[in-house]
Formats: sequence, structure tokens, C-alpha cells
Amino acid sequence: MSQFITDLFSNFWVSLAGKLLLAALVVPLVGMVIGFAEMKLSAKMQARVGPYFAGGRWGWAQLIADGVKFFQKEDLIPVEADKPVFKVAPVLVLVSTVALLVVIPFGPDLAFRDLSVGIFFALAISSLSTVGILMAGWSSANKYSLMGGLRAAGQLIAYELPLVLAVVGSVILAGTMSLSGIVEAQIEAGYPYVIVQFIGFGIFLVAALAELTRIPFDMPIAESELVMGYLTEYSGFRFLFFFLAEFANMFSLSAIASTLFLGGYWLPGIPEDTLVYAGPIILLAKTFLLVFVMIWFRWTFPRFREDQLQSIAWKWLIPLALVNIAATAVFKVFL
Amino acid sequence: MTTTDRTIPGMGMAKGLWVTIYTMFRTIFRPGKYLATVNYPKVKEQPVPRARGVIALDQEACTVCMLCARSCPDWCIYIEGHKEEQPPSTPGGRVKVRSTLDRFDIDYALCMYCGICVEVCPFDALFWSPEYEYSETHMGEMMHDMDRLQDWLLTVPENPSLENQG
Repeated sequence: MSQFITDLFSNFWVSLAGKLLLAALVVPLVGMVIGFAEMKLSAKMQARVGPYFAGGRWGWAQLIADGVKFFQKEDLIPVEADKPVFKVAPVLVLVSTVALLVVIPFGPDLAFRDLSVGIFFALAISSLSTVGILMAGWSSANKYSLMGGLRAAGQLIAYELPLVLAVVGSVILAGTMSLSGIVEAQIEAGYPYVIVQFIGFGIFLVAALAELTRIPFDMPIAESELVMGYLTEYSGFRFLFFFLAEFANMFSLSAIASTLFLGGYWLPGIPEDTLVYAGPIILLAKTFLLVFVMIWFRWTFPRFREDQLQSIAWKWLIPLALVNIAATAVFKVFL
Repeated sequence: MTTTDRTIPGMGMAKGLWVTIYTMFRTIFRPGKYLATVNYPKVKEQPVPRARGVIALDQEACTVCMLCARSCPDWCIYIEGHKEEQPPSTPGGRVKVRSTLDRFDIDYALCMYCGICVEVCPFDALFWSPEYEYSETHMGEMMHDMDRLQDWLLTVPENPSLENQG
């Protein structure tokens, strides 16, 4: 039987279909778990109960109920909208999220696809969601959507750069762009890179928050100014796509951050032969820790102003990241 | 304290983060003490005695003077009455006339809870009751007739004495 399964999955198409199915399951699942965690944690941070009745206990079924509600809603498309672009935009955003998951190593030899340019691929594909957001803003035929889309474009261009530059430090240290290669380099070095790359880690976290357009960087949505920004005209399952993509993106960016800086599926002191089983759990724990930090930031800080956002990126994060790269390069060559 | 805090960059952000995580843990571990909300349909908050929930009517005290209906900014009070003749108290005396209430409706779909009617009533026939659970599935049912308004009278609490409020 096990021989049959091994044979079955050695077939390229079967394994591709299996991986696709897994990715398609992981994204909504993770999105719902994080979305629910955010609902509950934000409630506790504000001394509220949060979801309570759905599902009978703790309101665990709240997001399932929400999802069903979204599916029941009418699929509205504005008359003036550019219909094909309007329809493709949420799919594009969700695709970029799913594609991000592909390169994350959940354990030794446990990744959907271990690319030799893994981190490069991840950064490139995560910018695809910018295109989706810009498409959504442009095609909605709504001034608020357009403003939101343009803000998103400006913000994501500004924060793409520190994100890439923050990653470069880890890549220099590891000498490889493959994500599993970076984890292996950390195992070999014996310490997670956050110890020497704490500046890079901080910049990566801030830039990732901005990439996710979450508070305190949610100017593209900014309810008080732009209604809902690029999401204004979306309803029903297209809105659900954006919603899921946001939470799943939080997960994948946190997973990439923990892979690059926190040692990925490895924890100091855990014997290496158990990593096959313990690895995914360790990575998930680190990822959810970072997700918690993001939720924590969101419910603490108010929104930045648009010009503050730009000046943080261009005046602080990018020079700091460049200094960090130079220092890391010197460190790498002379030590 | 506040002056020294300002000199350290990022101190305000750290304080903010501390407040949220402190609130989170204390709400998780001691919800009974620190939860700011109640689980409404299961647990009910006790409204304050002078809460403006619903207006109750004492039919006996009403003299159909219409002051409340005229002072109502929303015109949500409907009053109809007639005069009833009562036999004279002594034989050959004058016939007494007493106004009686036929209809006293308050349309709570219109009412804005200003309380002018309660204040203007010269015979203390209208009272505030703190009851608040009288939502309906149809807007027409928000019109409370005089019997229903009379029933609300049972929920009116004793007025807090004025002497002890200094």
C-alpha cells in the first residue's frame, strides 16, 4: 500500500495535483485561523468578549459563518467598472499569496518546491499582489478606490525596497538564496540570524506590515478617509478573496521572516534527526508568534499619515538597511 | 514622569504596546473582574434608576389636558378624550364634568426620548421607566396604547430622594 502511494506521488501530475490541493486547503484554513485569532485577541485587548455564540462555544465558527454569509451575497459589479480587470484583481491577489507558500520549507525536504532562488521568487511574487490591488482600484470606477489603489502602489513601491534590502543581510550571511539553504546555514552557524541581523529583522517586520497594508500602514484602506479604499466596490466572494489573502499573506510573510531570521524549522537544542517531525511544528510556532506581534501592533497603534509613511521608508528604513548590508558584508569578509 | 518619557524615542510606542498586552492578559485570566462588556442576551446590565427607557402612563392621573401632545417635538403622542357628566353631589346642584381618556398612544417609532412630555405633565401622569426591551418586528407595533403604557407603570422605580443627592 505504501509502495503504491509512493509510486502514485512520484508521478509528476499526481504530486502536482496533491500539492495544489494542499495549498488550496492551507490558504483558507490559515486565513480563518488567523482571522479568528485576530477577532478574539483584539477583543481581549479592548476588554471585550469577542465572537461568542457561533459554533456553541467561544464562537469558534464565527469565520465559517462569515464565509457562508459572503457566499450568499450578491456579486455586485459597478456599471462603469472595467469588468474583466475587476474580476481578475482579487484572484491575482490570492494567487500571489498561494504562490508565496510554495517556497517556504516546513522541514528538511518539506517544501512545495525548493527553488534555488527561493527568497528572490518570494519577494517577486509578493509584489504581484500590488498589481492586483492597483487593478482593483483602477477598475472599480470609484474615486475612493482609485485613491486607495494609487496609495497602495506608492506605499508598496516604497516598502518593497527596504523589504528586499533587509533580506540581503541574511542572504549574504548564508551565501545562498534558497530558503532551505538559509535554514541549513543557520543550523551550521548554530544560531538564528536574528542575533546578528536584528536590524534587518526589524526592518523586515516593519516593511512586511506595510506590504500587508495593515494598521499602522493601512492608508490604502483608511476607512475614515477613503471609505474602504480599493475594496470599496467589492462584495461577496470577491471581497472574501481579498480578506483571505490578507490573513494568509500575514501567515506567509511571517513564515518567511521566521525562516530568514529565526531559524525556520530549526530550534537550538533540538536534535537534527527529529526535525523531520518537529520542524513543521517549530516553524508554525514561530510564525504564529510573529502573526501575534502583527495583531498586537495593529490594535495598539493609530494610522500613520501618508507623508509620514513615505518619510519612514525613504529617510529611515532604506538608509538603515543599506548600512546593515555594508556592515554584514564587512562582517562576512573579515570574520 | 511625562517629561522624561518624551525624551526617550519610542517610549510612547512601548507604553502603548504594554497597555494592550496587559489588558489582553488581564481580560483573558480574570474576565469576571476586567471585562468591560456583558454578554447581553444572557446577562443583563442593571440600568440606572433614571435611565430613559420607556414612558409609562398613569391613566388615573391624566386629565386629558393635551399639554404633552402639544409639547411633543415629534408629535408622537395621540390623545383622544370625552367629557363625562357626573351626578351632582347634592340634589339640585350643578352637574360635574370629568374628562376621561379614550385613547393615549405613544408611537415609539417616532419618539426621540427627549422627556419633554414627562416634564410638562402638570398632574404627574407620565413617568420614565428604565425598561428597554420592547423591540418589534413591524414598525406599526411600536405604537403603544394606553393599556400597555399603564403596564409600564409597574416598572417605574421609586424616585431617588432629592435630599441625599448633595
